[in-house]
Amino acid sequence: MGQVLVVTSGKGGVGKTTSTAALGAALAKNGKRVAVVDFDVGLRNLDLVMGAERRVVYDFINVASGQARLSQALIRDKRIETLYLLAASQTRDKDALTDDGVKRVIGELRKSFDWVICDSPAGIERGATLAMRHADVAAVVTNPEISSVRDSDRIIGLLDSKTCKAESGEEVDKHLLLTRYDPVRAGRGEMLSLEDVLDILSIPLLGIVPESEDVLRSSNFGLPVTLGSAGSAAANAYRDAARRLEGEDVPVTIPKEGTLLNKLFGRRAA
Amino acid sequence: MSETTQQPYTFRFHGRSFLALVLKPQMPTTEWLAEADKWIARSPGFFSGKPLVIDVTGLSLTKRDFEGLMSGLMIRDIRILGVEGADPSWLGTSLPPLLTRATPAPPSEDVKPACSPPPTSDTTPEPASMLIEGPVRSGQSILFPSGDVTVIGSVASGAEIVAGGSIHVYGALRGRAIAGFNENPDARIFCHRLEAELLAINGYYSTAEELEPQLRQRSVQAWLEHDAVKLATLA
Repeated sequence: MGQVLVVTSGKGGVGKTTSTAALGAALAKNGKRVAVVDFDVGLRNLDLVMGAERRVVYDFINVASGQARLSQALIRDKRIETLYLLAASQTRDKDALTDDGVKRVIGELRKSFDWVICDSPAGIERGATLAMRHADVAAVVTNPEISSVRDSDRIIGLLDSKTCKAESGEEVDKHLLLTRYDPVRAGRGEMLSLEDVLDILSIPLLGIVPESEDVLRSSNFGLPVTLGSAGSAAANAYRDAARRLEGEDVPVTIPKEGTLLNKLFGRRAA
Repeated sequence: MSETTQQPYTFRFHGRSFLALVLKPQMPTTEWLAEADKWIARSPGFFSGKPLVIDVTGLSLTKRDFEGLMSGLMIRDIRILGVEGADPSWLGTSLPPLLTRATPAPPSEDVKPACSPPPTSDTTPEPASMLIEGPVRSGQSILFPSGDVTVIGSVASGAEIVAGGSIHVYGALRGRAIAGFNENPDARIFCHRLEAELLAINGYYSTAEELEPQLRQRSVQAWLEHDAVKLATLA
């Protein structure tokens, strides 16, 4: 039986979809069978980041409502053969997903994949609660900003109360994925420090992903950053995070100010 | 030959007790409503979804005053399910019914702590304190009317602890702490690190803006003195 990982945050624009694609590709590259599932019905994005937008025939809603079989809707990645995508529907809304439908689809995916990664929509409404419902593990994507941290805290509260695990007296294994970390701004004290974020959220750290143009560039080419800019610091951070998810003990590296130029600019503006 | 046994419809009812918040207006009621506005501004949504009773015992109200008070509450979206201490002739069909024989806050059965609820059975006496092992997250509301609440962890910004007795937080208190909820002026609030949005004891409150800056981030206790919330660092 595979594990279900929800990538969630509460706040929008913090990097859930990017992280889902990057972690999914990194895990699959290590030989795991991975399905990434887009729960953002009506505002789907994961197909774009995975470069599969032209290949979507059947989607999650079709499968959940019994109009299509799972095998018809799963799109195999062209670069990594153990990586699959279940796209969201762009023409429906979140009410089209039923509790029973989601339960059945996740149950089926769990049987044939090592990892089922659910890309949660922003917010705390139906889409987000359904995405986390069957999770065993959660990656709480957070930016080092106060609003993002507070929303993440709220999401952790929901993970501890509204999931199947929580309702059966168990606990979802929660991890912090700190994204869009800007070493220059961190050096100037313009962002919450890592210590502050860890103190407020008090969950273990899965990784720190630096703010990077590589992420944006890869996404625009329809590539998870772990494939598109495989040598970048962001890709390394996601690869390490994927290894930690697999239970490996990998020390966390805190992104440092990169070039001398960065440092000069950092000082001058401070 | 057909035989049909029709289940007779029965009209059934049960007794069930609920815990309600009791509002006690003071004269003049217009000023009291203005105070209510301040409270709502500081804790938006505090009253929404909570069962509320209004107690006008001992107030020299006329029927017109009372109707004004009720419509004032209605405008503020404070929905009242019952009235105590009013003249029965004031209450027409459009107003909530008169309640009598109330008992002060019985131990609540439907208190749902976010984490590790102390297991209670019918045979054991109601616990006088609640222990929460772990943080209280933003958006969570802990309501424990029958005694003290102790949190081993932090209370997040946007979280709320409401206790009949005192509140102890062995972590950072960043949310709202409302102690002495059942008219208990002796209740206190203790926290390891004060970053609270609001502190209240027995209905008297103090907001983050009013806290002295030198108390921030410190270990602090709060108590009530002459109907005002006082704060001091813990040695």
